Amino acid sequence: MSTIPINTQESPPFLLDLIYRLKVKDVMTKEVITAQRETPLRQIQYIMKEKGITGVPITDDEGKRLFGIVSMDDIIRALDGGYIQDPAERWMSRNLIVLEDDMPLQFAISYLDKFRYGRFPVLNKDRELVGIITSRDIIIALLVEVNKEVEKLEQRIVQPPSQPGEEARLLYHVRKYDFENAGKASAGIKKLLMERNLDPKTLRRISVAAYELEMNLIVHSEGGTLSFRLVKDRVEIEVKDKGPGIPDVEKAMEEGFSTANEWIRSLGFGAGMGLPNAKRVSNEFTIDSKVGEGTTVRAVIYLPGQSAS
Amino acid sequence: MRVRDLSEALGIELIQPDFEDTEILGGYTGDLLSDVMAHAASGSVLITIQAHKNTIAVAGLVGIPSIIVANDRPIPEDMVEAARKEKIAIFRSRETQFLLSGKLYALLTTSRA
Repeated sequence: MSTIPINTQESPPFLLDLIYRLKVKDVMTKEVITAQRETPLRQIQYIMKEKGITGVPITDDEGKRLFGIVSMDDIIRALDGGYIQDPAERWMSRNLIVLEDDMPLQFAISYLDKFRYGRFPVLNKDRELVGIITSRDIIIALLVEVNKEVEKLEQRIVQPPSQPGEEARLLYHVRKYDFENAGKASAGIKKLLMERNLDPKTLRRISVAAYELEMNLIVHSEGGTLSFRLVKDRVEIEVKDKGPGIPDVEKAMEEGFSTANEWIRSLGFGAGMGLPNAKRVSNEFTIDSKVGEGTTVRAVIYLPGQSAS
Repeated sequence: MRVRDLSEALGIELIQPDFEDTEILGGYTGDLLSDVMAHAASGSVLITIQAHKNTIAVAGLVGIPSIIVANDRPIPEDMVEAARKEKIAIFRSRETQFLLSGKLYALLTTSRA
């Protein structure tokens, strides 16, 4: 079993803070499935199978006082040795390493690394069994916390502070071949504009430009950003990618010309309509591309009823 | 005719029933999503064989409240889930896009007359 690779001084400060901030009781499984001293090992085997667990604490009738633990290994040994009908008491592990519920999560991680057990019973101050903690519990808790943190960070990137003259701004990171999230940027832009009661025709044009440019990032680029700006009389959409660059921009603008592969075409993309579509709906449209460096496409759409400069 | 009438009118199976029941304003048949994006009118029924999540994204952007998947193509769960979020109806039919388009066209032109 390999160690959990976060319990080191090289870990990011956020993770280190996290494993000291979270307590064992925040992470442990609280509904502990227990058995008593007289429970036959056979029955514990069934409990493990039914509940999908690999260790059962042996307690008093109230499930509070801990006497030992029967693990999957103990059951396998009992099956081997032909004593599976014996009561738990005879074969349970009594030399228990336990955690206290107020300890930082870091203790649990360190114990898992040091002792090579799959689980630790957790006791409260009164030495009562209150939970059990496995590496799975820890991984889930860490992922939940890390996801929250990443979301916060991304939020900060997606909504940078407005500059003077700007009414709204959005920024999206778009990954290569991420068809799962395709359309999220365009949908976000549409949502923002719908709240501003834009006329449907202009909204449609902006949606087309945003969607085509977003899909281009997914289908053709190594990934990049899509930024959206709403200024007084216009909308600006700019996509910037990290490569590979367009060798012949004029050719790429031809309707029907595409370099997309077969599986992308089978999804309904790559028909050579993206750039022409985006250009058709835009008032200003520029492509700046360098092979080996990347491409920047800028589409500007004037809003009606405003004199565009 | 409204979205909820499609099932009976065309004899097609309703796969995603949590939708906004709007008036059907037209129809569009196509599998190229860029083409749908460029030409399908808002309020149309989309007849397609593109049974995946990206079709929902396009439908949402264009304002398409219902999709008919032709040729009995299997519809993945994440597509249904995405459609539920967008309140877009999904239907499925054994028939071809040609047949479905013809029938829908007839229905829409007579119901308007």
